[in-house]
Amino acid sequence: MTDAKTETPLLDIRNLEKRFDLDHGLLETLKFRKGKFVRETRSVHAVNNISLQARKGEALCVVGESGCGKSTVARLVAGLLTPTAGEIHYDGQRIDNLSRAGIQPLRKKIQMIFQNPYASLNPRMTIRQALEEPVRHHNPNASAAEVRDKVTEVMLSVGVDPSWAKRYPHEFSGGQRQRIAIARALTVNPEFIIADEPISALDVSIQAQVLNLMLEAKESRGLTYLFITHDLSVVEHFGTRVAVLYLGSVCEVADTATLFSNPKHPYTRALLSAVPQLKDDRPNHIRLKGEIPTPINLPKGCPFQSRCAFAGARCKSEKPNAIHQPDGSMVACHAVEENRLDEMAAG
Amino acid sequence: MSLLSVRDLTVKFAMRDQTVTALNGISFDLAKGERLGIVGESGAGKSITGFSLMNLLSRPGYIDSGKIEFEGEDVVKMSDKRLRDLRGNRMAMIFQDPMVTLNPVLTIGQQMIETLMAHRKLSREEARQIAIVKLREVYIPSPEERLEQYPHELSGGMRQRIIIAIALLLDPQLIIADEPTTALDVTIQADIMELLLELCQSNQVGLILITHDLGVVSQMTERTLVMYAGRIIEQGRTREIINDPQHPYTQGLINALPQQTVPGQRLKQIPGNMPGLASIPTGCAFHPRCKYATDLCRSQIPEVVQYGDLKVACHEVQRLQADEDRQEVRA
Repeated sequence: MTDAKTETPLLDIRNLEKRFDLDHGLLETLKFRKGKFVRETRSVHAVNNISLQARKGEALCVVGESGCGKSTVARLVAGLLTPTAGEIHYDGQRIDNLSRAGIQPLRKKIQMIFQNPYASLNPRMTIRQALEEPVRHHNPNASAAEVRDKVTEVMLSVGVDPSWAKRYPHEFSGGQRQRIAIARALTVNPEFIIADEPISALDVSIQAQVLNLMLEAKESRGLTYLFITHDLSVVEHFGTRVAVLYLGSVCEVADTATLFSNPKHPYTRALLSAVPQLKDDRPNHIRLKGEIPTPINLPKGCPFQSRCAFAGARCKSEKPNAIHQPDGSMVACHAVEENRLDEMAAG
Repeated sequence: MSLLSVRDLTVKFAMRDQTVTALNGISFDLAKGERLGIVGESGAGKSITGFSLMNLLSRPGYIDSGKIEFEGEDVVKMSDKRLRDLRGNRMAMIFQDPMVTLNPVLTIGQQMIETLMAHRKLSREEARQIAIVKLREVYIPSPEERLEQYPHELSGGMRQRIIIAIALLLDPQLIIADEPTTALDVTIQADIMELLLELCQSNQVGLILITHDLGVVSQMTERTLVMYAGRIIEQGRTREIINDPQHPYTQGLINALPQQTVPGQRLKQIPGNMPGLASIPTGCAFHPRCKYATDLCRSQIPEVVQYGDLKVACHEVQRLQADEDRQEVRA
């Protein structure tokens, strides 16, 4: 762990921002205010000044509730969206401003797994076609036999019988499809996998199968993961580090064990307390007032202030910066910084 | 007397080329004000059970045999007129997706007042007043204004609260909630569940909670049914089922949860998939996925036996007692 800090991270996200404009064209931006026409563009502030690092071999989990921007982060890193501001570096190279041709070699290194295995496989391609396509695309000189061998090897490694290769996706169950989607990501020997809610659409017993598969791939292939999920029990099991997102901003980043044993940000605490426990009879669920505000026209100050029991005047005016804590976590909260949280809990 | 008594309920679906059995001999009871969880994975028959209780199945599904006695009256044999009186009035249902449940072109007020006036002889103003009281009960701020709003103007959590308010409008004896919080975020889910629990307890309303989430069942219910491939394979007190399950499938479900394994270690997965209705294995439907399966399991459907406080449908219950994986669940 000591030299880990000096080592350059494999993925380095710096001050990333993404806004989606809601009003396009002149007519939509024209608004009638106080007897005058004014031009005004509303936009969704999906990601606001996020900085995150993932070291090689890590499984960085990004958690949060719907609308917190976690999928947008995944898509930005995968190059499916262009950031409004900020930079993304991969293995020392800036990747967010690359041309279509420039990003090609990276597509081989960074692969993505999506949530819904019913939508991510082309229904008109057999499994073999779906799996061979990325191998051919990235290795144009490979012979047919080489491609075939690679596909067979990957199918075996994810537990899909290679004799099923001639079948179509509809002939498989959700869990098997997700295995195939994972296999497709693995066919090009990637280093980095972005997984956006890969097990949320699956049943409990199948979730365990797919999660085990991803753990195996991590160990045997030395993969690094960016794992997007809303399920905290999965994070605790799978993640080495966790970033908690709220309304497009990072609340807290910490090693998994630290975050679960000693959550600091009031939102992280509320989130952890809301998970229904299997064996705990009297849960002390921290009730949050209100609901997540809209990411259009974000409030000034801390994004969490409207629901936070510890919000003070400073929280309303000034957005907190992520501050290093003694145990290595980073927390963006004025109350934590001013030590107000534990005083209130003690009193 | 129990509020609801289901006996040997069998539901079939007549498909073009064959008839499949979706529910096979379901029997359970629910006392007045009791909270019951139904758990299982997709395709186990949880939702079909919920629909059958209200006699809401439509073609190609039908109730083939069995009895559903609600307050002493058989729901299966009720006339359409009696069923209209039953649904919404004495038994209410809450569905997973609040956006689909509410009518998007009617205001919240119209939907609530319409329901009240359909079942009770009330003036519009009286119905409005009841609607406001019910919205207050589910902690909706400024209910008078909400009545004038359309569903799309409200957030997901707010909509699900309104649906709970509508379900409670006519003071039913039983609420059937089919995955009521699956579409919601975890902090909102915790709020909604707390609310539902509070309302059921204070009004002595029975609750049937259909869910795949064992954590939710553990927090919300007193008794639990575990379903697999159209049958109840285990039932009993929720605490018992969570802490000391007897059926290998229930054990597998609990063991497969990430909380049950040291972080980073392999999860204890159940191999294989839930069978489709058209290809339910012979004997015990779970046998192809069960590590304890014997020849008996492969050929003969297990009877439900009382084992301690639980009712279990498994041939190998006795032998399982000694197994070490079970000891882990307990610990």
